[in-house]
Amino acid sequence: MTLGLINANPVVHAKKERIARSDDPHADDAILDLALTNFVRDIRDPEHPYSLEQLSVLSEESITVDDKLGRILITFTPTVQHCSMATVIGLCLRVKLKHYFPPHFKVDIKVSPGSHADEESVNKQLNDKERVAAALENPNLRQLVDECLYSNEL
Amino acid sequence: MMELKEIQRLEGHTDKVWSLAWNPTTGHAGIPLVFASCSGDKTVRIWEQNLSSGLWACTAVLDETHTRTVRSCAWSPSGKLLATASFDATTAIWENVGGDFECVSTLEGHENEVKCVSWNAAGTLLATCSRDKSVWIWEVLPGNEFECVSVLQGHSQDVKMVKWHPTEDILFSCSYDNSVKVWADEGDSDDWQCVQTLGEPNNGHTSTVWALSFNVSGDKMVTCSDDLTLKVWETESVGTQSGGGFAPWTHLCTLSGYHDRTIFSVHWSREGIFASGAADNAIRLFVDDNESQVGGPLYKLLLKKEKAHDMDINSVQWSPGEKPVLASASDDGTIKVWELTSY
Repeated sequence: MTLGLINANPVVHAKKERIARSDDPHADDAILDLALTNFVRDIRDPEHPYSLEQLSVLSEESITVDDKLGRILITFTPTVQHCSMATVIGLCLRVKLKHYFPPHFKVDIKVSPGSHADEESVNKQLNDKERVAAALENPNLRQLVDECLYSNEL
Repeated sequence: MMELKEIQRLEGHTDKVWSLAWNPTTGHAGIPLVFASCSGDKTVRIWEQNLSSGLWACTAVLDETHTRTVRSCAWSPSGKLLATASFDATTAIWENVGGDFECVSTLEGHENEVKCVSWNAAGTLLATCSRDKSVWIWEVLPGNEFECVSVLQGHSQDVKMVKWHPTEDILFSCSYDNSVKVWADEGDSDDWQCVQTLGEPNNGHTSTVWALSFNVSGDKMVTCSDDLTLKVWETESVGTQSGGGFAPWTHLCTLSGYHDRTIFSVHWSREGIFASGAADNAIRLFVDDNESQVGGPLYKLLLKKEKAHDMDINSVQWSPGEKPVLASASDDGTIKVWELTSY
């Protein structure tokens, strides 16, 4: 008798890793994008016991790096349109990234277009570095940020 | 050709250097140039020039008074007092006693971070502003006492800077609400009112206004903003009005396309050159465009110093003295002193 295969029709899941093609003129930037996404995706949401990635606040498309110009743009999607935690998420991203890049790199953080009722106002606040510095000197806010960054409860 | 040549790089602060201020009574008659700097490290440093080497050294560190970032510092016109504005919601007044600085008064009242402090030309009034959207005017009393004479409400957001006019007791404030407000005493008993608002409807800025500076005669003013432009404003000749009212400011021109990122500071020298410090780490100098055709640009870029610092530049200030130098303060924790030379 001929022996048959145990499972003749397996479901094969596509690999999740992206491999940059060697002829991609932005190959280095693409690798940076991915490494950076991995670095920030496990930040915990300020209100829920899930990571920003799990809640789709951040995704692989969230981060754009221009290594030549030294510019980073992070776009995130708050979980709720009127989410008052948007500024806290912005602070978490800034603290997380503070030592990741050479000091001359510039980081801009924005909410995804159409994702927040006060988009323009939130974006202005997220990128006012003086208000960011002052917020991080507020002990209550700082503690909340640290909890989001260093929690091992995920 | 003109060049901005680095004279010295000063280290010592352990966090962002937010602001610096030259002592206006120094740099003349053999008195060495002195300036103060303030930082996210909660300290203020005093730097004095050695006359033989021409270099600056830190001669005092003012610490253990402010409990949060010191955001702004300003010398009184007499050079005897230094005011410092802090995120701890207070403004401290320091007196120079034989080279040692003693905190002689603490001004309280603002609800949160104080962003800026400024003395009027006579040294009789002090203005402060805060994220609480208010501007306070304090009267300087004998014995280093200060009395709040007016709390000005009008800005709808965080007030970033206050600056008195160089010759008149008129106060200017810059805000996160994208406007510059002009305040004057409308009566004889501290009835301070907003007499003009330079906002978007009259050619004003479209984002946060961070700083402003006057030319030497006080009839022109330059403002800088998060909208990546510098705007120049003018008023009718100051000081020639006899008992007249306030002379309004009108927009003269906008300098756009020069800056890549937020402009945090601008300062107009006595020689007519204004310097800008920005988040693209560059210093730019602008000057009157004498060769401009009628209707052409009024000001032109004299030079751009790329990579003047490793990070954002928060303050640029021309020194007093016969041959002014330019000092710059940065997020990289350093201060640099520059001279303008030709080659």
